[in-house]
Amino acid sequence: MATRVGMEVSLAVSEAVRLANADVIAAYPITPQTHIVEHLAELVANGELDAEFIPVESEHSAMSACLGSAAAGARTFTATAGQGLELMHEVVYVASSMRLPIVMAVANRALSAPLSVWGDHSDVMAVRDTGWIQIFTENGQEAVDNTLCAFRIAEDKRVLLPVMVHLDGFHLSHMVEPIILPDRKDVDKFLPLNNYPLPLDPSRPVTMGDFAPPSIYTEARWAQEINLEKSMRVILEIWKKFGDKFGRYYKPIECYRCEDCDTLLLTMGSFSETAMMAIDNMREDGKKIGLFRLRLWRPFPYKELRETVRNAKNLIILDRAISYGGPGGPVASEIRSALYPLARRPRVTGFVGGLGGRDISPADFETIINRGLKISNDGSNREFEIFGVRE
Amino acid sequence: MAKSTNKAKTAKPPKPDDQLTWKELEIGSIATRPGSASRYKTGDWSSRQPEYDLSKCIKCALCQTFCPEGCVKSTDEGFYAADLYYCKGCGICAKECPRKVITMVEEKE
Repeated sequence: MATRVGMEVSLAVSEAVRLANADVIAAYPITPQTHIVEHLAELVANGELDAEFIPVESEHSAMSACLGSAAAGARTFTATAGQGLELMHEVVYVASSMRLPIVMAVANRALSAPLSVWGDHSDVMAVRDTGWIQIFTENGQEAVDNTLCAFRIAEDKRVLLPVMVHLDGFHLSHMVEPIILPDRKDVDKFLPLNNYPLPLDPSRPVTMGDFAPPSIYTEARWAQEINLEKSMRVILEIWKKFGDKFGRYYKPIECYRCEDCDTLLLTMGSFSETAMMAIDNMREDGKKIGLFRLRLWRPFPYKELRETVRNAKNLIILDRAISYGGPGGPVASEIRSALYPLARRPRVTGFVGGLGGRDISPADFETIINRGLKISNDGSNREFEIFGVRE
Repeated sequence: MAKSTNKAKTAKPPKPDDQLTWKELEIGSIATRPGSASRYKTGDWSSRQPEYDLSKCIKCALCQTFCPEGCVKSTDEGFYAADLYYCKGCGICAKECPRKVITMVEEKE
């Protein structure tokens, strides 16, 4: 029987890793991811999870240890946040280009300086192009479910790519929420044993991550790109299988009251649930406004996005990171680019806000939407506006 | 832990790298045969090559010891010579030789 518990989301993610029977965890604690790693260390020390816990000396080492572990065919997990993700940056690319199925929870955090341990999406956007599959979660249940799905997606022979599961630092990682923890038996049925097709094995030695001269590098890169694109089909299939088994279905783009909408708001991560309250308020006032969230950030869901915004006139996007000196919000920039080829497309207005842990309340979301509509209608071509800054 | 099902595509003789298509690469560009690096002509990187005045050579083998490429081999006469297929022309052997046997000279076409 699945059990419904009240649990801090970080701990619930660790419990999902326990249910997935991870073989190796190599991680370095960093706020706001610390509780995930601490709890996993505890589970291993107590004998509740039969895994190697490698307390590494840095995040660079954490991801490096994960490479070796995944290459040996072990089910491998790590977690990090903010500066930690930056420190492991170099090795993050290696995991995907070596096609190693590693699962990493990222408790999204702002980047220094000034130092901030609080949440935003600066760390995610800095690893956007690392070739990982990236899933955003909005609440504890989604974080648990998608951690389980992440192992299955990563280890699927048609995929063999690492997966990041994003949960907002503090706003999600430190919340105590009601969460359904699935039964071990059901998880075992959903998640087959990892069977990496070409593992490190002394009886059949191979070289991984070796040198590629110009004559072969382009082919290696293209193989990786095609593989990430093709993973979309498998991700959808595995989410469907998860839904059929556990009753909770996930989609690359999740809509909330999007039907008959003139105006759509786009958010990612845990702020989406707050935005829903604003949508409800505005709907009550008779405004045709809906919300959609990008759950799948990579591979990017072009088809689903274009379908979702088909009838919208205005699209208002909240980014929680800045691409300095450029287009402002990285998400808005990508959405604009994805919609550009369409003959009929909504006007896109970008906002940057919720930086370094600053709250955005339901009333704030209403302000953002109203302001977005005003900018949209006055036809000004500004790239983005920052929300909530004191002048 | 995974059971090893290490099935490499090793049946055919290797194609040269510059003829492989992206579909023919192993997952993660894994090299499944040993010694693939031996085909790679690092000698192409060089612009200089060592020239030897063997009348001064005492066969101390320091050139071989210090060569970062590991391309200095002993000859039938007991002297040492760089394999120009691999020699990158760095000149470390010339710098280290205690008898100044080695001079780095511009490569001729």
